[in-house]
Amino acid sequence: MVKSGMSVVEALAMTFLVYAGSAQLAAIPLIVAGAPVWVILATAFCVNLRFVVFSLHMRPYLMHLPRARRIGYGFMVADLSYAVFTRRFPKVGATPAEHAEQESYLSGNCFCSWSSWCGCSVAGIALGNLIPAAWGLGFAGVLCLLGILCSLANTPLRLVAALLAGAAAVAAYALPLKLNVVAAIAIAVLAGFWLEQRVPPSWRRPA
Amino acid sequence: MNGQTDWWTLAVIAGLAGVTVLTRCFFFILDRPWSLPGWAERGLHYAPVAALAGVVAPEVVMQSGHLIATWQDARLFGAAAGALLYFWRRSVLLTILAGMGVYLPLHLSLGW
Repeated sequence: MVKSGMSVVEALAMTFLVYAGSAQLAAIPLIVAGAPVWVILATAFCVNLRFVVFSLHMRPYLMHLPRARRIGYGFMVADLSYAVFTRRFPKVGATPAEHAEQESYLSGNCFCSWSSWCGCSVAGIALGNLIPAAWGLGFAGVLCLLGILCSLANTPLRLVAALLAGAAAVAAYALPLKLNVVAAIAIAVLAGFWLEQRVPPSWRRPA
Repeated sequence: MNGQTDWWTLAVIAGLAGVTVLTRCFFFILDRPWSLPGWAERGLHYAPVAALAGVVAPEVVMQSGHLIATWQDARLFGAAAGALLYFWRRSVLLTILAGMGVYLPLHLSLGW
């Protein structure tokens, strides 16, 4: 972030407040280029669409809590916490004891992820100028997103949607304001709708 | 934008934080249950994976705005190794480690 021309204060604010690596990766070039605010926010929303799906899944786990606590968890539950939590507790707790158990697990989990995220990012901001950019360590961030991408591509149709979207985003790269990402989503969703009717139902289920 | 802190950027960052919390809480902010219209719900089957693919693909196969013309690019092999390992082992951490394990030697020693 500092390398792309943001100040240290801005990079720190980004790290602590915007707890979403993929949205940061998409938004930073737009911020640096001085794109309109609504474009930056809309891009972040599109890139974060997976969290909307996660929130639907998490709703029954959290609805017994007051709203402020739910929003607190909303801030904290990123990809990894979500995946680990729902794997550990496939069923929603039915009794107060189970609720408490699940909530403690979730808090601890979120705390670990968030502190390691912040710790590593601060170290990255501090050391960023010591490690030559030529080493290409930034590629680790891309690989992390690639891993999340693979975890989301869990049905044959979603895999097709991902491949189409990737190709579309590359083909439309010349569009201004990262609109290539929006174009990629639109093409993949339309193709998904179209293919849904034409492929065997097994393609819509996790392999 | 050259290392200066300005209010515009900080406001955008606050807005990004708001958007992130909104998407993460989307279905559990309101107390009563509700659902999206059918088309939006169907769209959510494909939109998240498409959005990530749209962000990731150009980072792997493009160089300063153009499709790379050579296969001698360490990112291609790193990403392929990472994806294969994910589908074998289902672990994001292993994806990163394997990807970097392939990427760094190619990038640093061969200059790909």
